[in-house]
Amino acid sequence: MALIKINGKEHEVESDLSILEAVRGEGYEIPTLCYHPDLSISGGCRLCIVEDVDSGQLITSCSTGVTEGLEIKTASERVERARRSVVDLLLSDHPLDCMICEADGNCTLQDLAYRYGLNESTLGSKIDPRFEIEHDNPFIVHDPDKCILCGRCIRVDNEIQCSDAIDFINRGFTTRIAAALEKDLGDDDSTCVFCGQCVEMCPTGALTYKPSIGEGREYNLEHTETTCGYCGVGCKLDLKTRGNKVVEVGSIYREGTPNPVGEACVKGRFGYEFIDHPDRLKTPLIKDKETGEFNEASWDEALDYIGDKFNQIKEESGGDAFGALCSARCSNEDNYLMQKLMRAGLGSHTIDHCARL
Amino acid sequence: MKSLEELKEIRDKYKNEIQIRKKEFREEEHIHKAHVMVCTGTGCVSSGARDVVAEFNDELGSRNLEDEVKVVGTGCHGLCELGPLVIVYPEGTFYSEITRDDVAEIVEEHIIDGQIVERLLYEDKSGKKIAGYNDIDFYKRQKRIALKNCGKINPESIEEYFAEGGYEALGKVIDELSPEEVIEMVKDSGLRGRGGGGFPTGLKWSFAAGAPGDKKYVICNADEGDPGAFMDRSVLEGDPHGIIEGMAISAYAIGADEGYIYVRAEYPLAVMRLKKAIIDAEEYGILGDNIYDSDFSFDLHVKEGAGAFVCGEETALMQSIEGNRGMPTPRPPYPAVKGLWGKPTNINNVETLVNIPYIILEGPEKFSAVGTEGSKGTKVFALTGKVNNTGLVEIAMGTTLREIIFDIGGGVQGGKEFKAVQTGGPSGGCVPKEHLDLSIDYESLLDVGAMMGSGGMVVMDEDTCMVDVARFFLDFTQSESCGKCTPCRIGTKRMLQILERITQGDGQGGDIDLLLELGARVKETSLCGLGQTAPNPVLSTIKFFRDEYEAHIYDNYCPTGSCDELALPYWIDKDICIGCTACVNECPVDAISGERKEPHVIDEDACISCGACAEICPVDAIFQK
Repeated sequence: MALIKINGKEHEVESDLSILEAVRGEGYEIPTLCYHPDLSISGGCRLCIVEDVDSGQLITSCSTGVTEGLEIKTASERVERARRSVVDLLLSDHPLDCMICEADGNCTLQDLAYRYGLNESTLGSKIDPRFEIEHDNPFIVHDPDKCILCGRCIRVDNEIQCSDAIDFINRGFTTRIAAALEKDLGDDDSTCVFCGQCVEMCPTGALTYKPSIGEGREYNLEHTETTCGYCGVGCKLDLKTRGNKVVEVGSIYREGTPNPVGEACVKGRFGYEFIDHPDRLKTPLIKDKETGEFNEASWDEALDYIGDKFNQIKEESGGDAFGALCSARCSNEDNYLMQKLMRAGLGSHTIDHCARL
Repeated sequence: MKSLEELKEIRDKYKNEIQIRKKEFREEEHIHKAHVMVCTGTGCVSSGARDVVAEFNDELGSRNLEDEVKVVGTGCHGLCELGPLVIVYPEGTFYSEITRDDVAEIVEEHIIDGQIVERLLYEDKSGKKIAGYNDIDFYKRQKRIALKNCGKINPESIEEYFAEGGYEALGKVIDELSPEEVIEMVKDSGLRGRGGGGFPTGLKWSFAAGAPGDKKYVICNADEGDPGAFMDRSVLEGDPHGIIEGMAISAYAIGADEGYIYVRAEYPLAVMRLKKAIIDAEEYGILGDNIYDSDFSFDLHVKEGAGAFVCGEETALMQSIEGNRGMPTPRPPYPAVKGLWGKPTNINNVETLVNIPYIILEGPEKFSAVGTEGSKGTKVFALTGKVNNTGLVEIAMGTTLREIIFDIGGGVQGGKEFKAVQTGGPSGGCVPKEHLDLSIDYESLLDVGAMMGSGGMVVMDEDTCMVDVARFFLDFTQSESCGKCTPCRIGTKRMLQILERITQGDGQGGDIDLLLELGARVKETSLCGLGQTAPNPVLSTIKFFRDEYEAHIYDNYCPTGSCDELALPYWIDKDICIGCTACVNECPVDAISGERKEPHVIDEDACISCGACAEICPVDAIFQK
């Protein structure tokens, strides 16, 4: 433990924490843009600066560890002036289109502008876009003009998903984030797997989900925690619904889940359109041989029908006449039971599994 | 090579060969009749030094003198403007601006007949021909420690480095000193980092030495990127072994066994000579396992940079070595604790390291006897801009700006008035003439809003617009910002935009205060040294030349006439004008009107101040307002 002084008040905190973690843990507020607890430290946004009383310096609290006797000010006039200037600079290079922005209500930059009472930058506003919006793939829209270069997308991509699909390019004011060879994320040269974690990490509207455009913003949506049904991993997902319709799949960040850092795959993230698809099967169908039509049946009817047929085939042609293909969408236990049914029940070794997503 | 004794034997053998170049042995018998030293630094090579070397070899060969006269390619002498430079020993005659065509004359008259070729000698301001290298003003006021071998030996010959006592300091350290004692010596010398920050080197070493870890690294920062600066390049090209020895000593002191020299790929000659020097040192057993038969082992690699200025910042430099995009990371953790690949790492600049063997061999007292209270030793500067003698100078700390610019540099070109000098490159500041007697040391320069930096020194005359100078340097830092932190990426851009509008005549009231405010915030909140110092040229020019900013903004006037958009319109003196109409035909925007043989007039609103009319006017009747 270390004894530190925050805004003149003494606190005892864990000594292996960063100043940011310690101060937030004690209930003080420090704004951040590039910091995320699950990612490495960047120190680039400069919003988490606090004043070190001893040295008189402004230091980034995310990257500095607590030390015994540390004394800091988290919201002195000097600190707030510096933070305001950072937000002011960011706003001077950010479109002021919150009213039509997908991230409205879910944007840290918007919150900061509100906090500092900046309806536009004091240095002038960004009238014309500097970049083209990238949206040549079905899933993710990248608007570099809204990017504040916090680099959280790059870090989640490199450190958690390990796709190494995106990084910073160019220098100075022309710096931006791009995929390989400045092509679209969906290009053959791109290693993006569309896990969507970059979008989840984006604190602004620079990265958004293409299928969710126009489907509602944060304050229109309900959140339901669910377990992904695509495979046996059992990832936790945040289903965002509007009315009774799933419009977006968000991440859940929680220790102890199979995907503690909000990981997902392209199916879990984007494969929800089937839910409301008119072709979706909702009851068993049995084919009428006379008419060739499929007719709705109850589960009892269907299972009886299948059982009868199984017995009939086994009697006529033996167990080898059966083959089964089971699915990665089932749990291990389900798959075990399937092979048991084939081998012990029906007497066939012909069983396979898609074993891939 | 297994021991210091063995080294000394080799040294003595080669010492005889090069003593012809020493003043104190001038009268003695030598192995060769003469040594012809041709500077083969980048500057002289660009002006044809390689041809000169080839021509000397041909000429001497055709006269069967190749065994008697040795032609030696050397490192930089500093006076690059007058290259290619040739010095002939034993007399030590200094010839400048030598071409192939001059070679036969030097061989014939000087080497064979013993007559100095007057025509090719350096000429000083008063027109006097000076033969002796050390009699030239440019050289005689310098104090050479870091550059002591530059120009004196063949940098591609490890044996010549031995002959000058090379690698003895390393031997002494390994044989006689503990790592703690080495660090104490460096501390006692008062040496401070020559890369810009001025952090005490010995203290830096003690941090890395004290950091826990079984694997440690040393790095030489040779990513010299300031516009117009070439101090490190000259050392790299002229004395590569001096750097290797300095690094090996620092590795011994901190307990490292591996090192990297991070050098700009834009310095191909330096890269080539470093690589050769490393191979030669390895062959002699001075690098590698069990150096001088001790437990100390040291491997050295060269890593070429990819052209980013910010990689001169130590944390970005390490990212680059690791194969990442060169972007700085926050400190702490400092490299001494968590550096390259997370291991304790000591990073020093080229010039810092090349001072180390001298400190070890000559003793810290001798080093600290030179300089001021807080800044010991010497500093190399690249003197450029509107000064008569541009080039590389090494001076004792505490020398004044006036001595460098006027005594060594020979004053301002064209007899114009001195206005300011920019020290410290794009991170530094402009020092005006009222501070010409400022002592050059770390603190004094900081006090006036400039900095030592790595040693760039750009002299400006009365015709230089200080707003434009600030714009130039900020344009550089903005385009070299890595883009990671907000204040540096956007703040410098906004400052640059304000400077651009001021120089284009669109300055607004309040712009100066806005620049001061933005500059203060960018300095205060940027992540690394690049952003923290980027506003310096702006802040220092506002501090000393605020009236020039005001003239641009409020009077729409550039006092030096440098800013095109602010140039004042021309007018015709009707008493002189003869109505020849020459100007009417010349004016590209049809701003001049008048009847033939009657005085003409210029429409001020239409005039673009190109000056074409004034040039063509046969009676000089046209003037600028």
